[in-house]
Amino acid sequence: MTTTDAPPPTAVGTSRPPADRTGDRPPRRDSGIVDAFSHVFLVAWAVLTTFPLLWAVVSSFKTDEQILTDPWGLPSALRWSNWVRAWNAAHIGTYFVNSVIVVAGSLTLTMLLGSMAAYVLARYRFRGNRVAYFLFVGGMMFPVFLALVPLFFVVKNLGLLGTLPGLMLVYTAYSLPFTVFFLTAVFRALPNSISEAALVDGCGHFGLFFRVMLPMARAGLLSVAIFNFLSHWNQYVLPIVLMQGQGAEQRWVLAQGLTGLAITEGYRGDYGALFAGMTIAMLPVLLAYVAFHRQVQSGLTAGQLK
Amino acid sequence: MRHGKRLFIATFLVPPLVLYALFVVSPYVQVFQLATTDWGGLSPEAHFVGVDNLRRLFADHYVWNALRNNAILLVVMPVVTIVLGLFFASMLMVGGRRGRAGVRGVRGSAVYRLVYFFPQVLSVAIIGVLWKEMYAPNSGLINGALRAVGLGSLAHPWLGDPNLAFWCVLAVMVWSNVGFYVVLFGAGMQSIPRDIYEAALLDGAGRAATLARITLPLLWDTVQVAWVYLAIVALDGFALVQIITEGGPGLRTDVIGLRLYSTAFGEAKFGYASAIGVAMLFLTLSVAVLALRLTKRDRVEL
Repeated sequence: MTTTDAPPPTAVGTSRPPADRTGDRPPRRDSGIVDAFSHVFLVAWAVLTTFPLLWAVVSSFKTDEQILTDPWGLPSALRWSNWVRAWNAAHIGTYFVNSVIVVAGSLTLTMLLGSMAAYVLARYRFRGNRVAYFLFVGGMMFPVFLALVPLFFVVKNLGLLGTLPGLMLVYTAYSLPFTVFFLTAVFRALPNSISEAALVDGCGHFGLFFRVMLPMARAGLLSVAIFNFLSHWNQYVLPIVLMQGQGAEQRWVLAQGLTGLAITEGYRGDYGALFAGMTIAMLPVLLAYVAFHRQVQSGLTAGQLK
Repeated sequence: MRHGKRLFIATFLVPPLVLYALFVVSPYVQVFQLATTDWGGLSPEAHFVGVDNLRRLFADHYVWNALRNNAILLVVMPVVTIVLGLFFASMLMVGGRRGRAGVRGVRGSAVYRLVYFFPQVLSVAIIGVLWKEMYAPNSGLINGALRAVGLGSLAHPWLGDPNLAFWCVLAVMVWSNVGFYVVLFGAGMQSIPRDIYEAALLDGAGRAATLARITLPLLWDTVQVAWVYLAIVALDGFALVQIITEGGPGLRTDVIGLRLYSTAFGEAKFGYASAIGVAMLFLTLSVAVLALRLTKRDRVEL
């Protein structure tokens, strides 16, 4: 029963507490100590993760002087005026609304077009089905970076550079590969008997899709929607490339506006507004995540394992 | 009915295909053609220069400098992230062992997973701006912490130091990715049947042996996916670098993505930037293939 006295085989990143070496005979009674040992590391990383975020929230209530001289101090009062300045003078409000508009449009379009294509590819046999499927799915292999330069000119030639609809269409197009890939599998898994019954009952193809198949695919649709929502809301590279040109600043989205703010507020010295802007950008996503964390985690990990 | 079906397929498939062809397929095709020209963007004429761009690429020491940084990222970032991810995930999932119940997660593991995932839902823009402020010489939290505990002599202008700036950016990458892999590996560990652990426990396997001999082999597919994905992240790195350091100081934190971006949208050398993009593609593909090859091992069937 002392096999563990031999040097442990090369384990990745663990060191065992001495407590673990003693009582090796199951059932174990050392779990209290082991638990405590685990918790020390786990708490350390939790603090490391949350502290910077908390710091941004706390700093958003401080005066510039406090921010610059006393990074660990607490604000003397809740200065919401920083938030007001960020929202109005620093245009975070405008950027926020722009982000909401773009993501509302692009998410609706992605889910609609993605599920339409996926449904047809999953459940209808026709010539070119495989070609279309691999054309969509192949898009997952290429980095967006490769396309940036020509994409800029495609969007420019269509007169969509620096516009919200242009951004919506591009977000949608780049979300299609994963959406189609994921939803094709979802639609394929739906039972045939129900769709046959519906067709016999005189349900048309359109009715079958909207009234029977979409509701049945709800769980899968939700996972993809969450995945797409986060990737659209957090998108950074596409907006900084595509939202250029005359007057495009008014149509910037949040991620882009925030980095712009970080540069301009650095010059102006309005750090309170910068931290308030950061908090405004951060809180809605974090709150939504806490509310739906189970779905978000499974949605994002499913996206990873594509 | 037959026509109805054709019409249905066409109305459902054509709009997404058109959008996709226009914004995704056509740029990917055009980039290969653009890469062989000297196009400057404004002038309508682009001259065919063949492989000149490629030749220039090989002689461009800015590109090599950026590539070197990407290479370091590629070696260090995935390893550190995966090791930390596995470490915390195993602490969470099989850390607490309790009597007859065998192996189970530590108390509060749901809370840890909730918190660890925070950086994953935030935009890279927020993470970049936040850490830029964290590293700030006077107002930053890091120097503030060092001064608070009496280690003021260790306080640094982190991002201004040519020897440290790169590692600071790398640390942010690890920071923002670890939580995701804790959750991913944790989910994988949860799907490993409990009785395997219980059997190992009965045989007297210790914690490290359990991790190395049972958890890791059964989790290998997930680790492999993580490896490929992190390699792709390491080859990009554009957004964080651009926001936190803009490649400085003195191009010490430059990465190939930033090189492409500033060559195209800063210097308007669109032909050359496309050539960098094509080079990036082949690099990414070969690294992905290599990562899969290197981590290949026999799959363990349950």
